[in-house]
Amino acid sequence: MTPGVAIILLFGVAPIVWSAIMSFQRNTLGASSPFVGLANYRQMLHDPVVAQALQNTVVYTALFVPGTMIVGLFLAVAMNRKLRFISLYRTVAYATMAISTISEALVFIWLFDPSYGIVNYLFSLVGLHQQPFLNSTSEALFVIVIMTIWGWTGFAVVIYLAALQGIPQVLTEAAAIDGAGRWTIFRRITWPLLSPASLFLLIWLTINALQLFDEVYLSTQGGPLNSTTVLVYYLYQVAFGAQGSGNIGFASAIAYFLFVIILAVTGLQFWGSRRYVHYRS
Amino acid sequence: MSAPAAALATRRKRRLPFSPWHLVLIPATIVLIFPFAWLIVTSIETPAEALHFPPILTPHQLDFSNYPQALQEEPFGRFFVNSAVVAVSTVISNLLLCSLAGYAFARYRFLGRGLLFVLIMTTLMVPFQVTMIPQFIITKWLGVHLLAPVGINHIGALILPNAATAFGVFFLRQFFRTLPIEYEEAARVDGASRLTVLWRIVLPLSLPALSTLAALTFLDSWNNFLWPLIAITSTNQMTLPLGLAMFQSAHSIEWTHLMAGNVMSLIPMLVIFFAAQRYFIRSVAATGLAGS
Repeated sequence: MTPGVAIILLFGVAPIVWSAIMSFQRNTLGASSPFVGLANYRQMLHDPVVAQALQNTVVYTALFVPGTMIVGLFLAVAMNRKLRFISLYRTVAYATMAISTISEALVFIWLFDPSYGIVNYLFSLVGLHQQPFLNSTSEALFVIVIMTIWGWTGFAVVIYLAALQGIPQVLTEAAAIDGAGRWTIFRRITWPLLSPASLFLLIWLTINALQLFDEVYLSTQGGPLNSTTVLVYYLYQVAFGAQGSGNIGFASAIAYFLFVIILAVTGLQFWGSRRYVHYRS
Repeated sequence: MSAPAAALATRRKRRLPFSPWHLVLIPATIVLIFPFAWLIVTSIETPAEALHFPPILTPHQLDFSNYPQALQEEPFGRFFVNSAVVAVSTVISNLLLCSLAGYAFARYRFLGRGLLFVLIMTTLMVPFQVTMIPQFIITKWLGVHLLAPVGINHIGALILPNAATAFGVFFLRQFFRTLPIEYEEAARVDGASRLTVLWRIVLPLSLPALSTLAALTFLDSWNNFLWPLIAITSTNQMTLPLGLAMFQSAHSIEWTHLMAGNVMSLIPMLVIFFAAQRYFIRSVAATGLAGS
């Protein structure tokens, strides 16, 4: 029994059981905590904010994950060649990895500021109307999608670039000699050989997307009108928020709900991808 | 390719003195770098210039006064020191504790090893949100009853729960198992203790894995937000992300000061990142390739 194992057991393993127990209690930190059966889970089913948060989380994930993968793949393919300035291009893409979510969110709040932001200025240059962006119930979530895609670009590029560099040139050259065009080579050789990297990104980005919190906390606090309230943000509010009831029983139920969603989605992704992922042995 | 098409291709090649990929990469790079650039431009503008519409793309004079003013309004120096202390301690303790635990799991048979390993691996699948409330209660209890410096509202609370991670144990165990066991057996026969074997033979052979773990742990710790947000409320214990968030919400936003603070919080990380770029890139790529 090493100290490392003790720390993981105390702060990692025990809390899994503990929060499961709390999700069956009426527990508000401090007061007595009687067992209430499934009451917290029942409350969750009838809470309109939970439904809204679930919807926002799903919409966000459905936009962010493919968006990041497409941007990352496109840039990695473009950068997977010997060019002048190539290390400069790569470094700029990688640098987004060094930015904390908080720094990233602050910059984007400023870029998308409705009154003084430069994005609205660029819009006016091309004749588009000024937009309220983060102040709008229909636009705020999309701004968060854009800022997080930017923040994850470096990660996606690194993963895809490493995978691309692992593809033996013999394969693509042989196909080219056989008369295959560039698109055919990509579609029939490169893309299948990238499938393990794609699956990894799909799952990794999905897990992170379902746990979105930092950007929402900083930019919109879930608003306007809960249009950017995602599950983790609501959970935080219920347990620790300013007006929060400190209702950690209910919060634990939401946390377990999220856990089940993550397990189910990643399980589905693994299962659904069996036929499409090719491992070279 | 038909003859005219081939001729067209060569002609096009001749007309462009550079690879057409630059036409894709240059705009992409501009889009990627623009938030950085705009951040810096705003941080050296006067507040009036920053709130000018249309935005002023090139400030008339360089106004660096935002930086000292941001430092005056919020103790960014303090935040930086806190972030550094937390990140460095977390990295060191992870290297030590995960090596010990990883080595035990890799090389020694002991009662309950399988069960213990499965328990630890379980935490890899569980999102932090599930464990954070009990973690808060445990940390609070520890601070009140056992040791104040690891309690709520002290940076120790940001170090201890992350001092060893399931990922680190798993990652190092996997790496240790790939090492040839003969060296270790030979040293044991010569009378070296288990710890000596680990310290003198195994760890020196594991530098690539250790540097990867160090880089990933550092990034994680430096950027962590949710746990510090819950665990810390007093300003002098805050880390940089938390300090920036408080700065933004506490003041009627002076964007120039906020962006100056943001630049100051970014620069150390960017410097470290560029200095150790190889390590960071290799580490991230390694996690991806390990997963595939």
